[in-house]
Amino acid sequence: MKLSDSLDLAASNLRQSMLRNSLTTIGVAVGVASLVAMLSLGVGLQRLASRRLKTSGLFDTVVVSSRRDLRSFNREQEIKGPSPLDSPDLDEAARHRIEKLPGVLEAYPDQRLVTELRFGTKPHLTMVAGLPFSAKDNDGFEGMQGRFFFSPTAPEAVLQKNFAAELLDRPSGKGEVTAADVAGPLLGRQLVMRFAERTAANAGAESVSYSVVSRELPLTIVGVTDLDPDSLRGAGRARVFVPEALLESLHTVESFDSRDASRATSGRLLYTTLIARVAGTGKVDGVEQAIRKMGFNTFSILDATKSLRRFFTILDLFLGIFGSLALTVASIGIINTLVMAILERRREIGIMKALGASDQDVRGLFFAEAGAMGLLGGVLGVGLGWLIGRAINLGTNIYLARQGFPAERIWTMPGWLVGFSVVFAFLVSLMSGLYPAARAARLDPVQALRYE
Amino acid sequence: MGTTAIRAVDGITLTIEAGEFVALLGASGSGKSSLLNLIAGLDSPTSGKVISDGQNLAQLSPNELAKYRRRKVGMVFQSFNLIPRMSVLANVELPLRFAEVERRERLRRAQSALERVGLSNRLRHRPAELSGGEQQRVALARALVNEPGILLADEPTGNLDSRTGAEIMDLIARTNAARKMTVLLVTHEQAIAEQYAERLVLLGDGRVVADGRNAKAMARSDA
Repeated sequence: MKLSDSLDLAASNLRQSMLRNSLTTIGVAVGVASLVAMLSLGVGLQRLASRRLKTSGLFDTVVVSSRRDLRSFNREQEIKGPSPLDSPDLDEAARHRIEKLPGVLEAYPDQRLVTELRFGTKPHLTMVAGLPFSAKDNDGFEGMQGRFFFSPTAPEAVLQKNFAAELLDRPSGKGEVTAADVAGPLLGRQLVMRFAERTAANAGAESVSYSVVSRELPLTIVGVTDLDPDSLRGAGRARVFVPEALLESLHTVESFDSRDASRATSGRLLYTTLIARVAGTGKVDGVEQAIRKMGFNTFSILDATKSLRRFFTILDLFLGIFGSLALTVASIGIINTLVMAILERRREIGIMKALGASDQDVRGLFFAEAGAMGLLGGVLGVGLGWLIGRAINLGTNIYLARQGFPAERIWTMPGWLVGFSVVFAFLVSLMSGLYPAARAARLDPVQALRYE
Repeated sequence: MGTTAIRAVDGITLTIEAGEFVALLGASGSGKSSLLNLIAGLDSPTSGKVISDGQNLAQLSPNELAKYRRRKVGMVFQSFNLIPRMSVLANVELPLRFAEVERRERLRRAQSALERVGLSNRLRHRPAELSGGEQQRVALARALVNEPGILLADEPTGNLDSRTGAEIMDLIARTNAARKMTVLLVTHEQAIAEQYAERLVLLGDGRVVADGRNAKAMARSDA
């Protein structure tokens, strides 16, 4: 019998016992909905946990430091790599070499300094960090009030909201401050940054002596951001951000300057840390390897979050198993329905065999019925799961709002899960149909025709 | 039932010529239906041969037997055995579905078969909406729609009144004459057997008790 005829007859059979088959299909739908809800919750929680990290652009950056430096992010690299004395300097030449590596979009110094900022007449001591102009394109500043820097060297500043509140003398600790609350009175106002400039004492390139000159730079406040100073991003610990190229051009004194002077090795500009921005997370590993071969230490959040990702993979697995339990129960429902159908249609199976139906035709017919229930149940289940997810999101956000937290999307149904769930329900249903189909096919036509 | 083996058909040697109209007579339990099931390929003998159109059915696989039933045999039962939820047309189409006949051709042949039994106005009706005689005519149309060489009729008039039974038997006889189709009729009604069959085979306890030409039918046929 042709597949189209099997499907046609199966549809006719399913319509015959509408209530029973509908209930079985609803059972499958509930099973699929449970699976979808569980897996979507896992996906949502994972996305919630990594959203900040991802949007901050940290997953596609590699932090590079010299082994000559006292700090290191990875002890293993220190033990295995060359000794600090044999390691290359992290200087301008190294920066250009790193920038030329395949997959690296740019390499910029991770600059930050603790300095005094004057707002009006009042001084404030805080950390200022340089931000590359490319940060404009990532979502790290989602919800920022105002705008990003006008140009890579514009004398402009973006403030972290808590620092903005401090400038306005807003007491902290009385509920969460939002960027929108504090941006209004500050945008467009001036902030004066005091800093120590390092200037060469002699004109010679190999000079190791330098002078320190106190300078002031007026900055225009152009933005206020929610960025959490305690987030994993190193630069995030700063509370004032200025364009990275501007900060670099100021030649501010850094902590290692005195160390280099005491070692009297070179008058060249050395970086403590460089940030290499990579074209996509898939290339981070390769870039890290290449930079390590150059003799530098590397660190990436992607590497550090491997255990986090492993945790979520295990969580997804267990949520999937629990979700599948309901589908297992539903599949038993399919077996039950089809076995009942065999009993009821025993004589009909005998008639079909007498009319020339082969065992395969009979088996195919029951398979088609099981598959149709699975497919329909799968589609309905995805819809039901989506509704459950919407309800979970709504309920959670009402609760979060009451607790004073911003709304979060803890339940996410990715496209792949829709396809996977429908196909999975279909396959599980076909497997459930195996036994009844085989049993129907095995029926002795003479016995079946005698059945009343 | 139970563990005691019963020989339903025992040591029968019977040859039926193509185009013959044979009636199998006998009391209940004499082995008529069992013999019919063997010839239909629905059952297999524990020993011996059932040769139909040169094929030994006892040696065929279940799939080959299904193919044999599909192509060479048409069956009519006492209780009609129509599928109640299907329309008259869908019931007649069913063997053609198993034979993988194209939809349009299937429809044409099913309508034509129903026309021949005088039910072209009942295509969309369900079996329950028809009289017993009409249901048996649908069953006959279904048995003939694949144009088989053998028609096996198991008590086709058993559930019908005598007038309707005669109508059905007339249809079967006409088909036998028109198509030169072999007909094997199982009945316990001697009168019907004598009226329509060319040859009468009497079974008892699974054996052939008597086998001979039906003088009445032959005389009528000659006339």
